[in-house]
Amino acid sequence: MRDTERTGTVMPETAGDAAADEDRAEWGPLAALPGNPMMWLLIWSELAVFSLGLIGFAIAWILDPETFRQSQATLNRLAGGINTMVLVSSGFCAALAVEAQSRKQGNAARWWLAAASLLGLVFLVVKGMEYADKAAQGIGIDTNNFYTLYYLLTGFHALHVVLGIVILIIVGWRNSLENLETGAAFWHMVDLIWILLFPVVYLMR
Amino acid sequence: MKYPTQKIALAYFAVAMALFAIQVLGGLLAGYVYVAPNFLSDILPFNIIRMLHTNSLIVWLLLGFFGATYYLIPEEAERDIESPMLAYLQLIILVIGTLGVVVTYVFDLFPGNWLLGKEGREFLEQPLWVKLGIVVAALIFLYNVTMTVLKGRKTAITNILLIGLWGIAIFFLFSLYNPGNLVLDKMYWWYVVHLWVEAVWELVLASILAFLMLKLTGVDREVIEKWVYSIVALALFTGLLGTGHHYYWIGTPGYWQWIGSVFSALEVAPFFAMVVFAFMMVWKGHRDHPNKAALLWSLGCAVLAFFGAGVWGFLHTLAPVNYYTHGTQITAAHGHLAFFGAYVSINLAIITYAMPHLLGREPYNQVLNMASFWVMSAGMAFMTFTLTFAGTIQTHLQRVLGEGYMDVQDQLPVFYWMRFGSGAVVVIGVLMFLYATFVPASAKTPQRASAAPAE
Repeated sequence: MRDTERTGTVMPETAGDAAADEDRAEWGPLAALPGNPMMWLLIWSELAVFSLGLIGFAIAWILDPETFRQSQATLNRLAGGINTMVLVSSGFCAALAVEAQSRKQGNAARWWLAAASLLGLVFLVVKGMEYADKAAQGIGIDTNNFYTLYYLLTGFHALHVVLGIVILIIVGWRNSLENLETGAAFWHMVDLIWILLFPVVYLMR
Repeated sequence: MKYPTQKIALAYFAVAMALFAIQVLGGLLAGYVYVAPNFLSDILPFNIIRMLHTNSLIVWLLLGFFGATYYLIPEEAERDIESPMLAYLQLIILVIGTLGVVVTYVFDLFPGNWLLGKEGREFLEQPLWVKLGIVVAALIFLYNVTMTVLKGRKTAITNILLIGLWGIAIFFLFSLYNPGNLVLDKMYWWYVVHLWVEAVWELVLASILAFLMLKLTGVDREVIEKWVYSIVALALFTGLLGTGHHYYWIGTPGYWQWIGSVFSALEVAPFFAMVVFAFMMVWKGHRDHPNKAALLWSLGCAVLAFFGAGVWGFLHTLAPVNYYTHGTQITAAHGHLAFFGAYVSINLAIITYAMPHLLGREPYNQVLNMASFWVMSAGMAFMTFTLTFAGTIQTHLQRVLGEGYMDVQDQLPVFYWMRFGSGAVVVIGVLMFLYATFVPASAKTPQRASAAPAE
């Protein structure tokens, strides 16, 4: 349905949309993706960064399995599991927001965005409690290679949750369908990275 | 040339090219000292020659950027430069500063003086008074071009160019901050050195390349703009945190090894995008522009920057590799091809494009200019391979087997001789370029007929 909107053929009354569609076509292969193409460039860059980080984590584990196994055992898997549920639910809310917006239900979309942001905040609170617990045990980013990577990967991810919430607020304010798709795409990327991080950093032995 | 004030670029390009000649002659001299270490050691020690070689490079590249800006801003903004008088004043300040630097270095004047003496940090050796002069010149420049753009048409090319130029000026301010703590000193030093060449200069490069592609290929501006935004986004995404690859061994916390390795490994991406961009535009383009030499330099810039900055940079950017290669001839190989490929080539491309317009001639001496591209590039590529082999052997003998630094150097002269030879070839290429650019062609020089009207 969205594709027909983009070609401009179903809405001849708006010349602005026709110009926007022409503008879109100049993105070449990126034009078919939902949301702003620049967001997809960012998403691929982020995926590349976290992939390299996880590859580095795997190599560091192979080089020093004993330290990594012992250190990993100190992580709070329950908190990580809860956060996984929280973030996936939040992603579902963002998807429902886009769905509502595509049915022109702007208010419902805003409520779903608020729910998604709120769950993002819950994630940050749980994450903060994990960090505080580690800090209380005297464990920091320089303790060993495992914790360096644990703090870098999860900390960098948490910063993206913060940025994601800001983006969701912005697209809730300027709530065109394209903006919502753009924001939701970023938010799903934050989800996806956590779904990769959680098993690799917390669970796999 | 559509706007009279574009003529300002001519003065900048002329000074830049004079410094270019001095820079490569200094390089040749330094290359000879490598094989004959006592040559001139009393009157012009190696460290001074090296300072002249690197400082004159940076100054002429900046002068080239300024000239390129004065040339392309009027065409993009569709109005004349705000104040030509200020533009020439800026050039005079920069020339006086440059002469002051050369005299201070060569005769070692005012050692230790807080205002007049050289300051000693690598690449930022300039005396304080010169640094302040550079800041004043930068302010004049930014006022002049920003006002021109604000009152005229705003395009993606000028927006990105201005962000890059403002970034150059802002990051230069860190050269004035010299904390006593050696770790902090190095940390802020890289704010100038790294964030110039691996962040904001890339914006200037992308912008000039986009302007050239627009003029030479005739592809729609909208298409070019999207490429440029993508390239710039990639450059900043990877380049800013990529600074971490200089923080491995200077005393900063260990996590920088991870941040630096991951982000700088991706710094190859914007350069790869530039190659795809340049070739796609030429492939899609419908304009047969008569200035083939400018097109050759533009494409050469994208390719050589990809290899020099991208591939040769990746070669030693990962912390576990850099642990062994740090500060060997591998670094010298990367530095030479990266600077030549990215920033020398883009300057020579815009100069090749602009000079026929500035001097009111048809594209002239195209064959000689294009030959100079191949001679310079071949010399530089050979130098890069030679130094890479020298660096590989040096890394193994010195860092893996643990031999003494000078014992290892004694085993490398064959490479240093070949580097000297390839340096001589580069100098010949530079002289060919200067002749082709500045000396008018004779009437019987064959011209290529242009099929489409050129801009």
